Amino acid sequence: MNQTALALSPAPAGVSASPGTGSGSRPSARRERAAREFRVLPGFGLTLGYTVLYLSLIVLIPLSAVFLRSAELGPEKFWQVVTTPRVLASLRLSFGASLLATGINAVFGFSIAWALTRQRFAGWRLFDAMIDLPFALPTAVAGIALTALYAPTGWIGQLLAPLGIKVAYTPLGIVVALAFVSLPFIVRTLQPVLVDLDRELERAAESMGASTMQTFRWVVLPSIWPALLTGVALGFSRAVGEYGSVIFIAGNIPNVSEIAPLVIMTKLEQYQYSQATAIAVVMLTVSFALMLGINGLQLWAQKRRRQR
Amino acid sequence: MRRSSALALCVLLACALSLSGSPARSAGSPVTLLNVSYDPTRELYEALNKAFATQWLAQSGQALQIRQSHGGSGKQARAIIDGLQADVATLALAYDVNALSTQARLIPADWATRLPYNSAPYTSTIVFLVRKGNPKNIRDWGDLVRPGVEVITPNPKSSGGARWNFLAAWAWALHQPGGNEATALAFVTQLYKNVPVLDSGARGSTVTFAERGIGDALLAWENEALLATRQLGPDKFDIVLPSWSILAEPPVTVVDKVVDRRGTRTIAEAYLKFLYTSQGQEIIAQNFYRPRDAAVAQKYASQFPTLKLVTIDDTFGGWDKAQAKFFDDGGIFDQIYGQ
Repeated sequence: MNQTALALSPAPAGVSASPGTGSGSRPSARRERAAREFRVLPGFGLTLGYTVLYLSLIVLIPLSAVFLRSAELGPEKFWQVVTTPRVLASLRLSFGASLLATGINAVFGFSIAWALTRQRFAGWRLFDAMIDLPFALPTAVAGIALTALYAPTGWIGQLLAPLGIKVAYTPLGIVVALAFVSLPFIVRTLQPVLVDLDRELERAAESMGASTMQTFRWVVLPSIWPALLTGVALGFSRAVGEYGSVIFIAGNIPNVSEIAPLVIMTKLEQYQYSQATAIAVVMLTVSFALMLGINGLQLWAQKRRRQR
Repeated sequence: MRRSSALALCVLLACALSLSGSPARSAGSPVTLLNVSYDPTRELYEALNKAFATQWLAQSGQALQIRQSHGGSGKQARAIIDGLQADVATLALAYDVNALSTQARLIPADWATRLPYNSAPYTSTIVFLVRKGNPKNIRDWGDLVRPGVEVITPNPKSSGGARWNFLAAWAWALHQPGGNEATALAFVTQLYKNVPVLDSGARGSTVTFAERGIGDALLAWENEALLATRQLGPDKFDIVLPSWSILAEPPVTVVDKVVDRRGTRTIAEAYLKFLYTSQGQEIIAQNFYRPRDAAVAQKYASQFPTLKLVTIDDTFGGWDKAQAKFFDDGGIFDQIYGQ
């Protein structure tokens, strides 16, 4: 069992490694000149300048304003604000529900992407277009629609209520809303990779006696793994910051169904700007650490593939 | 270096001032006012604005356009502090108007004394909206803490109306035989245990109760309850008047910094004074707010039954004290949720 698996694994690595190998033999001076001549877009200095300016204006300056504002509190008060039970509960809920929602989407998003790329069923284009709806829909509209459906009087809520399952106004409702908004990120990052996936490899695996599970585990998964991680990371970061759709379907009860962005909004409405930004800084730091972790995981996965 | 940048700043400022100042001052062109208000006053100010614009045109020959902005009272105050160019602010409670003075010095500290009745031209109170026929037999505050009764009210941290709700409940508990701070705390704790959803604003709660069908009683502004029964059909809801409630006085003010810069002080002040005229008071009563004018109140007496009402100043020592004690971080509302 294991032997066939090992024998199969080098195949996808060989495919992806080919573009990188050609340039290694040239002398470095020639390569540099060649690179200068063959640049598609001119003006490297200019574009770098734009990149730095744009990134500063759109991302770095607003973010540093957040950090500066929270610094007004001083470390002791900062710690006190972000460790109150209510804030901790909301952070746990926001990150926990986002992880759960993107975890669910990793499975179902993959199967949707798979079905849309591998099977041509009636109306697949319609389904394909529908994937983008959560992108296009204003989140408040999504929240209202989901709440109307899942409330005890709604179409789905009516069916679930006799079973004792409450979705709207519970943490479960938050997971539903987050799964809704983060789905397209995973499907859309997986689709192009699945289209490019060489089917011959799967056939080869089959002909060598691999079971479907083995083929999936050792042929398909290694190729789509980086894209799946990217999709999960994008979906997760969207879910963590989601406000509009969640506040309608969450009951917003402190310690139970109150998400961290709502605590931030509430603090703002009480004119406690620095406290609000303190929570924002914690969210930012945790998100950034998770993103770094996911990027590291991706790098590690790629390295491992190259080594094989 | 320093000097040149200071000079540049001066030039920029001068440009900005001359640009923004000129349109309002030139005579004859239509004047615009921005009224930044809280959630349920949409219909009220639509009617008032129309009437005042007509009167102003006849009186001064100047066309007037009043724009409205609505949202949660706290959010609206924050928008003005953050730079929303409101000529007048008409918010849900004095605490939020006070913030315009304490947080940004946009108005003087004694703003409330500039117009009659603490600058509140209309009042309202907190009542219960229940399902038609009152199936859970809810008669007073005490019935709301019975097991199995679900109560809908917004979050007092973000909603002005919800703060009135909370304080009305507290006041009722104080007025019960043997009532004191401890029994009041026990009562509101029990009450919020029966709250399944805390929306961020009053309209959100009305939607949760009326459209989503959640809960047995909605704690609501009287004007919102009357509007809901008229608009959504009297066959769906009943209004229950509790034995004690609170006198809600939503105040109005011109935003001095804005009107002085835009040159709209005269017209903004005339607009607010119009709210106190018999015509203004009539429109106020028609939109289910309790008028101050005795004659108009008499005329609409059947719409507004007499209630025992506490005031924020008598029972709670003013908004600043109430805010600090009940709604600030670590206050009684936080204690209810076990913090």
